[in-house]
Amino acid sequence: MTTDTAVPVEPAVVTSHQVRDVVTLLRRNLKNQLRDKVGFLTPLLIPVIFMLLFVYVFGGALGKGTAGYGGDHYVDFILPGLLIMSATAGLVAIATGTAVDMNEGIITRLRTMPVFGHAILIARLISYVIQTMISLAVVLGVALLIGLSPTGDPVRWLLLVGFLLYVSIALTWLGLAFGLAARSVAAASNGPFPLIILPLVGNGIVPPETMPTAVRYFAEYQPFSPMIATVRGLLLETAIGNNAVIGLAWATAFGVLGFFWSMRSFTRERPS
Amino acid sequence: MTITRARPSGPSTGTAIRVTGLRKSYGAQEVLQGIDLSIPEGSVFSLLGPNGAGKTTVVRILATLSAPDAGEVTIAGHDLRRSPDAVRASIGVTGQFSAVDVYQTAQENLQLMADLWHLPKARGRERVAELLEQFDLVDASRRPVATFSGGMKRRLDLAMTLVGSPRIIFLDEPTTGLDPRSRHTVWETVRSLVRDQQVTIFLTTQYLEEADQLADRIAVLDHGRIVAEGTPDELKSRISGGHIVLTFATPEALATAAQILGPSATTDDDRLTLQVPSDGSALSVQGVLTTIDSRTVTQLSLHTPDLDDVFFALTGHDTKQDAS
Repeated sequence: MTTDTAVPVEPAVVTSHQVRDVVTLLRRNLKNQLRDKVGFLTPLLIPVIFMLLFVYVFGGALGKGTAGYGGDHYVDFILPGLLIMSATAGLVAIATGTAVDMNEGIITRLRTMPVFGHAILIARLISYVIQTMISLAVVLGVALLIGLSPTGDPVRWLLLVGFLLYVSIALTWLGLAFGLAARSVAAASNGPFPLIILPLVGNGIVPPETMPTAVRYFAEYQPFSPMIATVRGLLLETAIGNNAVIGLAWATAFGVLGFFWSMRSFTRERPS
Repeated sequence: MTITRARPSGPSTGTAIRVTGLRKSYGAQEVLQGIDLSIPEGSVFSLLGPNGAGKTTVVRILATLSAPDAGEVTIAGHDLRRSPDAVRASIGVTGQFSAVDVYQTAQENLQLMADLWHLPKARGRERVAELLEQFDLVDASRRPVATFSGGMKRRLDLAMTLVGSPRIIFLDEPTTGLDPRSRHTVWETVRSLVRDQQVTIFLTTQYLEEADQLADRIAVLDHGRIVAEGTPDELKSRISGGHIVLTFATPEALATAAQILGPSATTDDDRLTLQVPSDGSALSVQGVLTTIDSRTVTQLSLHTPDLDDVFFALTGHDTKQDAS
């Protein structure tokens, strides 16, 4: 920002307008996301229901198998996987919400207005990342209530929040891309659906060592396992090893793919 | 690049929209095959044509949504390619389908527009209230738009277009599928915008009556080409089909007149009428009346062709036929 002068410097004028457009659209998005009850509650409820189910119904048996992998309770072991699952479960709402915007014509209207073009995507990105972080906080809160015993180290907490923020930004780009590329609202939810299940076929619920060889191989090398291992390491002070680097690399790959796919789909001409 | 918003912008050229040699193809299909238009400020221009003629494509290009393959477009003095944001600051668009946010209330939708047009807070609220009033949406202003009828959505859509007080407004088939009351609201809005604020209106329609009612000038678009352009009256006068209808008191008088006028006149024995071709000029009427015994005529009426006749004559098919 420049200081006040009689004739404002042009780029500064445009920039303040751009920021204003992003804030305006961000407010509108958050309002709409809260009103979309199913979209808002699904990423909260799916992991919470899984958590209660696994801890209180299957936990007696499964918990024995995870003893020694970190944490005192079974909830300690499964929470990292459920946090990542909460982030992926949000993708359905992101994709459908974005597709609704594109298909209902409101975005078309914005494009005929002198609105900073990228404000639409930036506002969507921020609003969905906020929503994902709220979901993660709620899931974490429920875990604390039922006996999670996490690290007390503030640096680890800070790194944990940073890591989850990075992952959720990356996944949100992917969710936006699914929504922007979809030809219809119904089609938008198909893309991200497998991503909800994927974190379960990894190291989230039980250690991969207990699985048959082929499944184990997949579980160890699929993208979400290193992310889950990193979260677990930060939260429970277990060894992270190269999981953080691999996890960040996967997240970056998702983010870059989502970003370019979003940009291409957003600027695509839509003949009516 | 300075973008002045919420204010009419651009050097006044007297011409709101100028289009030369506009072309557009989607794949192998040539949707627009060289369109030329010149629309004066403060006038209502109507692009008339059947479904698939290319009307929406023209609007999408002029509204900066779609890039032309070839041609020059100047809107409010700004070149469409070089300064699309300056063009956007001068226009408002209401499409065929409502571009409203169904999760928000009518009031919120309008407020969103006010914020994006960067209206000062107080002015924004004032404008929102004004438009809710004007479009008869005050009672429904706090209801989510998802509960609105089609007509209400379209009225809100038009209200949203007006928030920024654009100088040029594109209305793409604004009354297609509307109930008579909402159609009336749209028509009245168009008339008052032109009368009170000298706004330029670019209207596409497949209803000839609508173009006839509202437009100062009409261009007829068919298969991506403009096949005729002029005032509604000019278009009507360009084709034959006008006639004089003479009503007689007795069958004998009818027969006598029919004999004098010859085979060009068509008789209707039941109604005792005689239909004579005419271009509608006083001279042609005088010619007919001096040829026959005008005292036997009980009634005379003059019929000029309507736009349906015009359309058929210009394109060889009627407006109901899908051009695609």
